[in-house]
Amino acid sequence: MKNDRKVTFLLITIPILALFVCFNTVPLIRGVIYSFTNFRGYGSYDWVGLRNYIDLFSDERVGKSYLFTFKLAIVTTIVVNVISLLLALCLNSKIRAKSFFRGAYFLPNVLGSLVVGYIFNYFFTYILPAFGNMIGSEALSTSILSRTGTAWIGISIVCAWQSIAMNTIIYISGLQTVPEDVYEAGGLDGATGWKQFRYLTFPLIIPFFPINMVLCVKNFLMVFDQIVALTQGGPAQSTESISYLIYNNGMSGGQFGFQSANAVVFFIVIVVISVTQMRITSGKEEQL
Amino acid sequence: MKIRHKSNWGAMAVLILGLSTIIFPLYLTVVIAFKQPSEMTNSISGILSLPASWSLQNFKEAMEITDFWHSLFNSLKITVSTVVLAVVLHSLMGYALGRNKKSSKFYNFVYLFIVSGMFVPFAILMMSLAKQTAEMGLDNWFGVVLLYVVFYMPMNIMLYSGYLVNIPIALEEAARVDGASTWRTYWTIIFPIMRPMHATVAVLTALSVWNDVMTPLVIMAGSDENTLPLAQLNFQSQFGTNYNLAFASYLLALIPILIFYVICQKQILNGVVNGAVK
Repeated sequence: MKNDRKVTFLLITIPILALFVCFNTVPLIRGVIYSFTNFRGYGSYDWVGLRNYIDLFSDERVGKSYLFTFKLAIVTTIVVNVISLLLALCLNSKIRAKSFFRGAYFLPNVLGSLVVGYIFNYFFTYILPAFGNMIGSEALSTSILSRTGTAWIGISIVCAWQSIAMNTIIYISGLQTVPEDVYEAGGLDGATGWKQFRYLTFPLIIPFFPINMVLCVKNFLMVFDQIVALTQGGPAQSTESISYLIYNNGMSGGQFGFQSANAVVFFIVIVVISVTQMRITSGKEEQL
Repeated sequence: MKIRHKSNWGAMAVLILGLSTIIFPLYLTVVIAFKQPSEMTNSISGILSLPASWSLQNFKEAMEITDFWHSLFNSLKITVSTVVLAVVLHSLMGYALGRNKKSSKFYNFVYLFIVSGMFVPFAILMMSLAKQTAEMGLDNWFGVVLLYVVFYMPMNIMLYSGYLVNIPIALEEAARVDGASTWRTYWTIIFPIMRPMHATVAVLTALSVWNDVMTPLVIMAGSDENTLPLAQLNFQSQFGTNYNLAFASYLLALIPILIFYVICQKQILNGVVNGAVK
């Protein structure tokens, strides 16, 4: 009987593990191997040692894509978390049609980001400039996506529009863990309004910040669909995200080997960020 | 109590303002999708006014250009297959690993090995995978399904094995005393008990798969097949400056998930919260 259990578990584990290794571990290792070659995606190739990695750090286009991706991820994460927290507080207060509002606010998250990107592309290209002309604003009279200084803002807005929904939901479930009597007791001590938020609500939902940050930063660092739909990396390569650059130049630009090296570095960056965030998360939970 | 009641109107105002930023792009999509190019002027009122007639002509044309039904069928095929395979395989794997990782070094290693796959961004896999799937003859919808089963495995296994902690092992032992094999015990007792987790896994997997662009873009590039989002990308240039046709196509691409959301809103919200908080 004991044997049957062991055999069954092994028969489940081995094939599924094999599938995982075949389509996750093997391509990962192959990617690392390609990163030491000058493979163009076709034809023959040679070993070039660390050449790709050395070139990577002096490549202006790669450097620019990292700067852009991190700027986008950090700014959007902050914006999203501030707005989500505000919305969560509103959605958790005593209001009419609560479930309607909750349902409506989550809607952007279920829509495909490519199509949402296309819709916003039209908005930024035609409607916003028309509006700018109407109110006589110089800054808004041309498309923000067509200028190198402002194109990233457009992408940030679209990313935020969709992910605010997700973070709001998580903050709401955080707020619901705060028991009602905490507010009642606080109310007796004169903690209302801002004071109530600052000294009661805020400390109690601190554990939910790291998870929201993790979700946000990771998603935004891997941004791809929105770039395709809004700017395709332009203008003047100012909005090329790391994933977009790897896809574009690696798959069709003949830089298979070089972009593999880029992907390896990107992978290490993601691992470092994830591990750091997990450390912070588990540290915070112990404090409470 | 008085003060709390007062602040509700402030909250309501913020929420209505916020709601308008959600509704506006959707309103925009609907009105542009129904209009004719001649109705589109450069002024804001020209773009935002209601269409002169609610003709379905744009949708008919957009369906022909993007081969809508075919793409929809592909999207459904990929999503349903992935969800079924995920619920069956990931729950089995979650069970095998969850029940053994405390007592066995091997299972604990396998668990950590698979869960750490969560850190692997698609960007590092995509180039090798494009080559590998082509070599294996899997550069088609089935290859995409297999890849999804692998990509969502770390997250789903974590969810399932986390859920198993709450299911007492005594249940299985009782079945064993009655002479049932482990395999049968799993399907008759454990699998049905994990139903709430199946719902969470199904919702999370379905939403991600349905909206994903990158995997089919990289893997199915050689074939003439499209998923619904991929069709929008591939036929984008054919709309030219006929934005009305383009928007009709966008609206068509959004409608299936909108219907799904309206019907299963409660399950989706629950699923998302369960998945994210754990």
